[in-house]
Amino acid sequence: MNPMRLPVEARTAVTKVPVHPQRLSDDPSSCPPRAASTKCGRATAFGRWVASFVTLLMLSACAGSTHLSFLDPQGPVADAQRVHFYWVLGIMVVLVAGPIFLLLPFFVWRYRYGNKASRYTPSWSYSGLLEIMSWSGPILIVIVLSFFVWRDAHLLDPYEPLASEQAPLKVEVIGYDWKWLFIYPDQGIASIGTLALPTGRPVLLHLTSATVMQSFFIPALGSQIYVMGGMVTQLNLQANAPGASLGENTMYSGAGFHQQKFTARAMSPADFEVWTGKVRATGMPLDAQNLQAIAQPSTRSDLIAALPGARSMDGDVYFNGVSRSLFPAVVMATMDGKPRLPDSAFDHAGAAMPDTGAASHAKPEHAR
Amino acid sequence: MNIAALFDHPLGRLEWASLPFWQMFQHPTKDNIINGCIDTGAASLVVIGAIVLVALLTRYRLWRPLWSDWLTSADHKKIGIMYIVIALVMLARALVEAVLMRTQQAFGLGGGFLSPDHFGQLFSTHGTIMIFFMAMPFLTGVINYVMPMQIGARDVSFPVLNSISLGLTAAGAALVMISLVIGKFSTGGWSGYPPYTELDFSPGVGPDYWIWALSLAGLGSTLTGINVAVTIYKERAPGMKLMHMPMFTWTALCTALLMIYAMPPLTVATAQLALDRYLGFHNFTNDLGGNTMHFANLFWLFGHPEVYILILPAFGVYSETISTFSGKALFGYRSMVMATMAIAILSFTVWLHHFFTMGQNANINAAFGIASMLIGIPTGVKIYDWMWTMFRGRMRLTVPMVYALGFIVLFVLGGMSGILLASPTIDYQVHNTVFLVAHFHNVAVPGVLFGMLSAYHFWFPKAFGFRLDERWGKVSALCWIFGFMGAFFPLYALGIMGLPRRSVAYAEARYVPLEWVAFGGALLILAALLALLWQLWVSIKNREENRVFVGDPWAGRSLEWASSAPPPEYNFAVIPMVEGRDAFTTAKENGRAYLRPETYADIELPKNSAMGPTIAVIGFALAFGLVWQIWWLVGLTFLAAIASLIMRGFARDTTRIIPAQEVQREHQRWLNAVAQARAISRADESKPSNVGLALQAVGGVVP
Repeated sequence: MNPMRLPVEARTAVTKVPVHPQRLSDDPSSCPPRAASTKCGRATAFGRWVASFVTLLMLSACAGSTHLSFLDPQGPVADAQRVHFYWVLGIMVVLVAGPIFLLLPFFVWRYRYGNKASRYTPSWSYSGLLEIMSWSGPILIVIVLSFFVWRDAHLLDPYEPLASEQAPLKVEVIGYDWKWLFIYPDQGIASIGTLALPTGRPVLLHLTSATVMQSFFIPALGSQIYVMGGMVTQLNLQANAPGASLGENTMYSGAGFHQQKFTARAMSPADFEVWTGKVRATGMPLDAQNLQAIAQPSTRSDLIAALPGARSMDGDVYFNGVSRSLFPAVVMATMDGKPRLPDSAFDHAGAAMPDTGAASHAKPEHAR
Repeated sequence: MNIAALFDHPLGRLEWASLPFWQMFQHPTKDNIINGCIDTGAASLVVIGAIVLVALLTRYRLWRPLWSDWLTSADHKKIGIMYIVIALVMLARALVEAVLMRTQQAFGLGGGFLSPDHFGQLFSTHGTIMIFFMAMPFLTGVINYVMPMQIGARDVSFPVLNSISLGLTAAGAALVMISLVIGKFSTGGWSGYPPYTELDFSPGVGPDYWIWALSLAGLGSTLTGINVAVTIYKERAPGMKLMHMPMFTWTALCTALLMIYAMPPLTVATAQLALDRYLGFHNFTNDLGGNTMHFANLFWLFGHPEVYILILPAFGVYSETISTFSGKALFGYRSMVMATMAIAILSFTVWLHHFFTMGQNANINAAFGIASMLIGIPTGVKIYDWMWTMFRGRMRLTVPMVYALGFIVLFVLGGMSGILLASPTIDYQVHNTVFLVAHFHNVAVPGVLFGMLSAYHFWFPKAFGFRLDERWGKVSALCWIFGFMGAFFPLYALGIMGLPRRSVAYAEARYVPLEWVAFGGALLILAALLALLWQLWVSIKNREENRVFVGDPWAGRSLEWASSAPPPEYNFAVIPMVEGRDAFTTAKENGRAYLRPETYADIELPKNSAMGPTIAVIGFALAFGLVWQIWWLVGLTFLAAIASLIMRGFARDTTRIIPAQEVQREHQRWLNAVAQARAISRADESKPSNVGLALQAVGGVVP
């Protein structure tokens, strides 16, 4: 199933879409044959290696597959990181590796024991000029690199809002064992397994954990950030083009860690409207009982099996009627060590309002 | 709580289910059987290995020599060798674990054959062992063996403390080994981040094994650091100023200082975690005021200097081998010393780069990013100075030199990926992925491990009196170098493709080809280890052809080469006088290398002491009791530890005298061998004619 087609499907196939409990993030077989990587079983190791690098470079050409890497950027943050990566790499290849990789083999050959013709100065151990070169070279390189580090660390600070004419879409992220819950507080909906994003509009994420430390990461969109119990971190991202990107937790968190993936689905603003409406119409209520099920250590497929009456469009889980107070309540409860949330966390007042596409209604005040 | 309650559970938390095969019989699913068999196989290896060892010792009546010549010995050389034996045993285990992990990941598309829990234990023990029970004992062993001889000393300042440090390290290693047989190790990785390692999320004994193994090793290392630093400050031969010390001794000093200052944060962090787990504190829990970020800070305040504790002695080894095998004085000695010291100090200023992604502001990240890059400056200087040492030299491509060249090439690449990681914006992308795994292996394997293997080849003839087989050594070195490239270069690409570290399996088919390349590389590394063992076997078999009793097989430059191989237990019949750097080279050139002294004096040496093995047994039993909450054992061993320390305080007769006559007899025997030996040029270095006497150098030219 092509994740990009989801909103269209959602319009046409409302009633029944089978759940695929085994599905993790994306069916790998859905991608058309790409490069040589999948069919070079008999090639040499070196050939495979080269082929895989070629594959990596061709990722961007592979339409319909999940975007895995910041070298295949889908948003401005990852794009800037890609540029920074190539700059630093380039400077080092030319200035650090270059001289050493040229000089070393030459020295080994020229000054080998058998070559009695080369000059031999056994007690020579100091040269002011060479010392100055040895120190000043690395110092200059570090000064140049420090400029990039200082500028870009500030430019790409994950807490800095992205420049845009549109107000950011707010998403609250709660890390559970072993799935992510995405709450859209202004839309009153939530999802597990899919993070839907409208293209061209910044997204402001507030993140916390209801369990151990995790790290939230969508490589093709931008930075990763830790999520920690009783604390809220922030992340600003934006998707530029429609498409599906790999999302994951990169901080080991136990047996289901490797299955804690999701799909970041960028879609046009119109499709996003349809998506939110669809979720609002078909989602299940995010009440105390369902949240209890989510909080159990389980993978997403285990959760779907455990949720009574789970309806799923595509192997993911959707909720409606989500209260604005849920996220702060989870933060507070984790900090207080009380697993049960107060009833007010499920208070529906103010939830489930139609999305206007901009932050026109009152901004929720979170406890942070 | 009354005293009787301590005995309510005489075996604490131990139960049948603690045995590795129990679950397999209780719930014989396919997964359980596969993982149970691997577990049981590994446990059996430990048990069978122990039984075979005991049987051999009994069969060949070796218990007494083992006890009186080795375990109770306070000789720094024997302690050094025992450290290295521990390191090699642990290297073999952790390397097999690594190959198992690579195999699992090669088959990891959609599952593989290992359970997530089993995989979690594998990466946790692999990391814990490689850092604390492979690299640390290896470098401590090399420092122990070489440093006192390089400074012209008879032993370290505190010989029995040295034996106790070894005992503590051995106890920690034994604890990690027993976790294979009884119970399970932590799945929280070598860094053991809470709250995952708190009781709420890891209720088993795993993190307890990790905590107490690290505590034992950390205590041992702190004591080693004190011992090494004091020895270098106080025991140098007359005339040897600080700026006359060989480079390896300088790096040993910096490492010792780092051990003293960097180990306490780890001890504090693990002790706080223990308080959480045993007494219900909330240092690092999610709730009630606990804060996991404190652990991250404390752990890396130890963890980053630890990186340089590991790498600096390796830098020292490369300085010695590159200079020796290039037949040249080390270029830029002062720069090298300054660079080493700069690295030691800077290493305390960069710990935050291990968690740029924790949410602190951009100023902090940028400052720590730049601080991290600063370490690149002294490191770059060292690389250049090693190359200027080769420049206009006469380089022999012996095994240590092959390692050194592999090191320079690969370490430059590892340093480059380190600079990438030191940029916060790039770190946001590759942190916690296998790119990070590739990076730290890229500095740890060519840096630390190659350095230690290089040291093993370089000083083995000194320690055992015969050279190691050159051909198999090169086979092994090349397998290490190319195996490393195969195993870890693909991980850079996989990390850029978003594969998180510590993933037991994955759902992305595009990872598969690179995983298989890495698997091939891992097999090549396994071949390298086997070649290394085979080399040892071949070398022992052919030892008579490769004897170097005269003691200077490589035309060495520093004082450890100025005695026989193996050296007498007092190292030097007469303590040498030192006037400058490269003391032995100078002595050889001035014709003062093998002088017959007119008189000999009695030599005082430390007596054997049972304190080392006693503390090892007590430490192991105490930690085991703590892990399984066998409280009577904890109380008993704690009292025994205090009692043995007090009893040691009453020991007055702690030294013994080697009479001058015996010193003279031994020394004359060696000098006669020197007189009869034929000096060889470097062209014959790896031939049987090399009995350890180098052709006289004139004007520094090594013939």
